[in-house]
Order: sequence, then structure tokens, then C-alpha cells
Amino acid sequence: MLNGLTLLLMLQLAGESVARLVHSPVPGPVIGLVLTLFLLKTAPQVSEKITLAANGLLAHLSLLFVPAGVGVVLYLRELAADWFAITIALCISTVLGLAVTAWVAQRLILRAKSEHKS
Amino acid sequence: MRDQIFSLWVYLSASPLLGLTLTLIAYQIGLFCARKAHQHPMVNPVLIAVVVLASILIISKTPYQTYFEGAQFVHFLLGTATVALAVPFYERLPQLRSLGFPLIVGLLTGAVVAIASAVGILFLFDAQRAMILTMVPKSVTAPIAMGIAEKIGGVPTIAAVFCVLTGVIGASCGKFVFDRLGIKSMAVRGFALGACAHGIGTARAYIVSPEAGAFAGLALGLHGVLASVLLPLIFSWISK
Repeated sequence: MLNGLTLLLMLQLAGESVARLVHSPVPGPVIGLVLTLFLLKTAPQVSEKITLAANGLLAHLSLLFVPAGVGVVLYLRELAADWFAITIALCISTVLGLAVTAWVAQRLILRAKSEHKS
Repeated sequence: MRDQIFSLWVYLSASPLLGLTLTLIAYQIGLFCARKAHQHPMVNPVLIAVVVLASILIISKTPYQTYFEGAQFVHFLLGTATVALAVPFYERLPQLRSLGFPLIVGLLTGAVVAIASAVGILFLFDAQRAMILTMVPKSVTAPIAMGIAEKIGGVPTIAAVFCVLTGVIGASCGKFVFDRLGIKSMAVRGFALGACAHGIGTARAYIVSPEAGAFAGLALGLHGVLASVLLPLIFSWISK
């Protein structure tokens, strides 16, 4: 677990460093993600350790969003000014996004399958 | 005695220990409620934890910065967790090869519809410009969304709040939307949850099934990579 976590932190550090050095539009953690993918592909012997640490971290992924969510208290005034529009926008866009993503993906998968058969 | 309690409070409110412990306790309360409700999608542990903590801060008049001194240790791990997403991503690479095209097209159309509808509605209601820009990256996972918001002229910390709210709404509504549309494939359901409701949707998908969870993790990673490359590019192009 500790080995894996150390590796993950090193990869995150490498990602952040690259992002800063080249003024990348892609955030550091995403570069870290891509670096980790390369490592998993090229060095299967470390993949077990990384997998263990990563699964431990991802098992409680939603906990990690709590502090950011509590940040709502900082902006109660700003949000109150537009609260109705924001609520409607968040609800409708999220439901539409879910529906469109799932529907389009499902359609294309079914079409690919039926073409495969014929 | 009163003096002792007061000095204890002075110590606790200045130390990161309290904020960190309260965050974990509030989350445990959220998990407990979700278990009691038999994991009903509408009972979201993140929402419960946020409401509990926000109420505590408001009632005790504790500034958010003081709370964050402790909570930052949890918040920090968001970046590490983003790196860790490489694992579900890697494990699903073979499926991505065969299902890649339908899934990526679904993700892109879904993301465009979500952004366009959110921005459009705020425009109609004549919301502030900064709020509209902040709304753009909301379905990407929080650390990436904060970075994007900063680059395109939004407010990063509000972007994180929108993100969390989007995640909670997506995780709560997903089941009803998919049932309505007759989508039964766990891979597609999970993928849409991860694509539209990022980490909170992914956590929900893992509760439903490991397959849905893995595809949600894949979607979350893909969306993060695509959005962080495309959104700033599109914005610098529009603002030219």
C-alpha cells in the first residue's frame, strides 16, 4: 500500500512539474494520469502495487469532494443572487447530459453490433 | 471549568485536527444514512456531509479558511485520486478498443449538451458573466474543473461547488434517467455517470456494480483529459 502510494505521489509530482515547466493547458494530475498509464503498460511488475493503492484511494473517492463542497459557505451571497437560475441550470443540464451520453453511446453500440452481424 | 472549556475550544479551533476529524465524521454520518436508506440514489453521502459541515460552520461562526486548514488534507488527495484513475482506465483499455468510438462520441455529445444547456439557461436568466463561465467545466472532476475555470475566467472555488452539486444531482438522478430511456447495459450506465457526474457519479456507480464503476472511472478520466485540452483551446479561439 505504502509503495503504491509513494509511486502515485511521485507520478503526481512528475505531472505537476511537467505541467508547470511547459505551461501546459492540461492540469498536472491529468499528465500524472497519462504517465501512470505508460508506467502500467511498460512495467507490469509495479502495476500490482499501484493498483492496490489506487483502489484504496478510489474506494472513497466521494469523500474527497466534501471539503470543496463545504466551500459553498464562502459564496452564499453570490450564489443567492442567482440561486434560482443556478439550480435550474445544474439540474436540467446534468439530467440532459446523462440522457444524451447514455442514449448516444447505446445507439452507436447497438448499430455497431447489428453491422457486425450482417 | 468554563475557562478550561474555552481554552480547549481556542486550541481546537486553531488546530487542523478538528476540521479533519469533523470532515470524516460528517462523511460517516452520510454513509450511515445511505446504508439506512438501502443505498437509495437520492440519499447522497456527500450532500449529507456538506450540509452537516456547512451548518456547523455557520452556527459556530467558524470561517471556512479555519475549517480548510484541516480539511485540506482530504482535499489534497483529489489530485492523487485523479492520477489513480489510470488504474481503472488501464484495466478497461481492451473494452475501450472495441467500444471506444460509441463511448467517446456519447461523452462528447453529452458534454456539449450539458454545457450548452447550463450556459443557455444562465443566459436566459441574465446571470452574472463570471457565474456563466464558472458553470462551463462543472461536469469535469473537481481538481480539473478548478484549473479550467481559472483559465477561462471563472471562479475556481465556485467551480468546485458547482462540480460537487452536479455530481450529487447526477448520482441521484442517474437511475431514473436510464430506466426511463430503457438503458440496461451496466457499462453504458456507468460510463454516463462518470462522464456527467465525475467522481461522485463514479462512487455511485461502484455501489451499483463493479462493471459500472470501472466504466465510470474510465469516463471520468477520459472526460478530464478531453475537457482540459479542448475547453481552454475553444475559449482562447472564441475570445480572439
